[in-house]
Amino acid sequence: MSTTTPGAAAPETAPPVDPPAPRPRTSGGSARRSRGQSLRGLLIKIVLLGIVDAIALFAMFVLVMQESWLVFGIAAVVTVVINLIYLRPGWLPAKYLAPGVFFLALFQIFVVGYSGYIAFTNYGDGHNSTKEDAIESIIANSLTRVPDSPTYRLTVVEQLGTYGFLVTDPDGETLLGTPDQPLDEVDAEEDSTGKAVGVAGWNSLAFGDLLANQSLIADLSVPLSDDPNDGALRTPDGSNAYVYTSDLVYDEASDTFTDTTGGTVYRDGGEGAFVSDAGQELQPGWKIDVGFDNFVRAFTNEDIRGPLLSVTVWTFAFAILSVASTFALGLFLAIVFNAPHMRGKKIYRVIMVLPYAFPGFLSALVFLGLFNQQFGFFNQVLLGGASIPWLTDPWLAKFSILFVNLWLGFPYMFLICTGALQSIPEELAEAATVDGARPWAVFRLIKFPLLLVSVAPLLISSFAFNFNNFNLIYMLTGGGPRDVTAGVDAGATDILITLVYKVAFGEGTGRDYGLASAFAILIFLIVATISIVSFRKTKALEELN
Amino acid sequence: MKVTSRSFTITGALALTAVVLAGCAAPAGENGGGSEEPQFEGSLTVWVDADRAGVLEDVAADFEEERGVSVELVTKDFGAIRDDFITQAPTGNGPDIIVGAHDWLGKLVQNGVVAPLELGDKASEFQEVAVTAMSYEGQTYGLPYSVENIALLRNTDIAPEAPATFDDLIAAGQAAVAEGAAEYPFLVGLDPAAADPYHLYPLQASFGAPVFEITADGTYDPTTLALGNEGGEAFAVKLREWGQAGILNTNISGDIAREEFVAGKSGYFLTGPWNLPAIKEAGINYAIDPIPSAGGETATPFVGVQGFYISSESENQLAANEFLVNYIGTEEVQTALYEVGGRAPALLSAFEAAQSDADVAAFGAVGAEGVPMPNVPAMDVVWSDWGSTEVAIINGQGDPVELWRAMVASIQGKITG
Repeated sequence: MSTTTPGAAAPETAPPVDPPAPRPRTSGGSARRSRGQSLRGLLIKIVLLGIVDAIALFAMFVLVMQESWLVFGIAAVVTVVINLIYLRPGWLPAKYLAPGVFFLALFQIFVVGYSGYIAFTNYGDGHNSTKEDAIESIIANSLTRVPDSPTYRLTVVEQLGTYGFLVTDPDGETLLGTPDQPLDEVDAEEDSTGKAVGVAGWNSLAFGDLLANQSLIADLSVPLSDDPNDGALRTPDGSNAYVYTSDLVYDEASDTFTDTTGGTVYRDGGEGAFVSDAGQELQPGWKIDVGFDNFVRAFTNEDIRGPLLSVTVWTFAFAILSVASTFALGLFLAIVFNAPHMRGKKIYRVIMVLPYAFPGFLSALVFLGLFNQQFGFFNQVLLGGASIPWLTDPWLAKFSILFVNLWLGFPYMFLICTGALQSIPEELAEAATVDGARPWAVFRLIKFPLLLVSVAPLLISSFAFNFNNFNLIYMLTGGGPRDVTAGVDAGATDILITLVYKVAFGEGTGRDYGLASAFAILIFLIVATISIVSFRKTKALEELN
Repeated sequence: MKVTSRSFTITGALALTAVVLAGCAAPAGENGGGSEEPQFEGSLTVWVDADRAGVLEDVAADFEEERGVSVELVTKDFGAIRDDFITQAPTGNGPDIIVGAHDWLGKLVQNGVVAPLELGDKASEFQEVAVTAMSYEGQTYGLPYSVENIALLRNTDIAPEAPATFDDLIAAGQAAVAEGAAEYPFLVGLDPAAADPYHLYPLQASFGAPVFEITADGTYDPTTLALGNEGGEAFAVKLREWGQAGILNTNISGDIAREEFVAGKSGYFLTGPWNLPAIKEAGINYAIDPIPSAGGETATPFVGVQGFYISSESENQLAANEFLVNYIGTEEVQTALYEVGGRAPALLSAFEAAQSDADVAAFGAVGAEGVPMPNVPAMDVVWSDWGSTEVAIINGQGDPVELWRAMVASIQGKITG
């Protein structure tokens, strides 16, 4: 990490500045050489741009097929702009910035924007798709095979674009029907097993034909008789037909489902589901916009409001103590390993950085085993068979979390402190020593403030990271131990983000992305406020220099 | 010079684009012109986990040869399939078929992403419990392929006789500990924060306390909790007793329990077939027994069923149906799946063939008594409260009956929202 202030960059530690680097490449270039370079550059440009355009055009074809016109429009405009930027001479800054801006828009702005949009919908389990999909699913799920009804052997037949069912009933009679024409007896050709395979005037469909028209055939419903209550034949596989009845009928005009057995009417209640007057919902519902409902729920939810104070306090305590402890240990070790007379520094430094190289959740799982009350390494080996409830006592669990986070976090602080310490000119310390300052005073009054100037922004980002350190809490304690008598899900080590996870994904209908996004926005506001205030404070630090 | 280079650039880019596009378009064209029959364009996409992908490759090749529909297998992490499928199905880009566990079904139906599957006359060829597990609100959705459940494993060197009741087991186990033949009277893997309601369920069921009331058609009624009945409270009292006596210990995780049993430190181990390989490898002499009853009624374990689901958004319903019912639902494939996964087949004929393996037969006999694990979406809510309350009871925090009542009230509150 280089320092953020030009003033701190002393002559001898000044990082290699940019200007010298490009110069050798261009210096001494003749007209001939620059032309050769431009031809090669041109070829590379054509190939790269060609690939980009090909991908973009392919994507656009797919989008046209899916009729997603908005995305198609955006893709077309972006492609045109990219081509313009790179084909047109000049516009040099744009040539450099375009790829970065493109990926920033795709992976950051869009994702953040989409999460923000989700916060204003009811997207989640039970409200997963569009209303059309929901209606289709409800109809499909309400079709049930009549219990103990026979299997009809089936040949699907076609006449002038109309599909019909030629079936052989269990008694060996052959019947023909279409969606508009109930089953009626017919004379048909039969194969050796007695199954009707063809009838005059109709084409029999082979398996290939069936597949080519499978969505049509899967939707075919041939009534048994004029009375719809007798049910209708449908085929799941094209070679057998079964009698189905539906207990829910959808009426497109009034947009309602009616239960044929009880007469209950389900209406679109405006909340993304069909609801009966008695409040019963049909599953699935669909996704709708709900305005600020999720934010209202976030503030009125009992499971959040009850433990909110204690969880917020612990979240701040956890984030602040984590930053403080990892920074203190990291700084201490950085100073120790920065001592000029120490031998084997490089080896020690590599070892120090190791915890940083492990994935955090893996370390959390390893510590979970080490902390086991009866069989864990800490109790069994280090403490000679003690029975300390590291993870199941509320206070010890908090301590264990902080301890593991210290182990995980100090290498990072060690790295940045080492870097920052090395960039502080030795002359300052020497001058202070000459003036009679003791080592502690040199550190406290000179090195530490200079160090903070470059490290403070990283401490703030470390705070923001730990404020939302979901992995560690979730993997190590799952937020527990939990007081089961309290009636809420919050445990002793739950921080805001894990509590939100439990509330948004663990209750009622299941995962509630809308509520989760609303919470995410609220937590972002908290973290952003704290960060902005802290950054303002560090500005003051910079002026110290 | 400038002008020519620019126009050269543009024509070059266009030419290249055209070439690449032609390349993209070619495979589609080939699909279109293969044989003379009316053409089916497209293929079945199946999401499977790595273990099953190998077996399905052979079936997929057969299917392609006989039916002319290509099957594209996409290998995914089993745990990720459910949520990815729910998210992707509505976009229209999801798979046609997924492999999955039966307890996902409620969630899949709730989100409208799974299509009903008519097994037809084939339904009777499967184990009844497997078909029931694959049903939700009276409708069948999936093709089951395997069935698994837990049973009591007994180290015959330490405990020569099968216990008749759970109290017998405790007495025999404690006697073995007293003699020094064993270190633990009984082993079952529990989590320090969440216990393990799945493993403890047979004992609870023997007190007559299932999770939900079971309706006449054998499925669960997710609105009526049965946890809170008198049997449930009696079970809570017993949990405390067992916890204090050291029969149940929340520090013994699943891994530790297996290690200790494999080391010959206990006569009894309540577990599933997944731990058998380690036990065989260690050369332990074992027997597989029914789970002894603690409360008088049969100790019915949860049966977990795995199977294949068809997406409601699939454009290839007939082909998908054909592939599942007539290809995966055959004895040959079910046996092959059993051989790679070690889970008992759901198809009766394959299951009977697998009976030649004594372990499968023994676990199967225990499973025949079992009930499918509830597949209603409300289960997500139940597990968490259920587990943490069991921990509190086992570890002696508060009055067991009151804890149990608080848990039932909490679950009821979350289900009704």
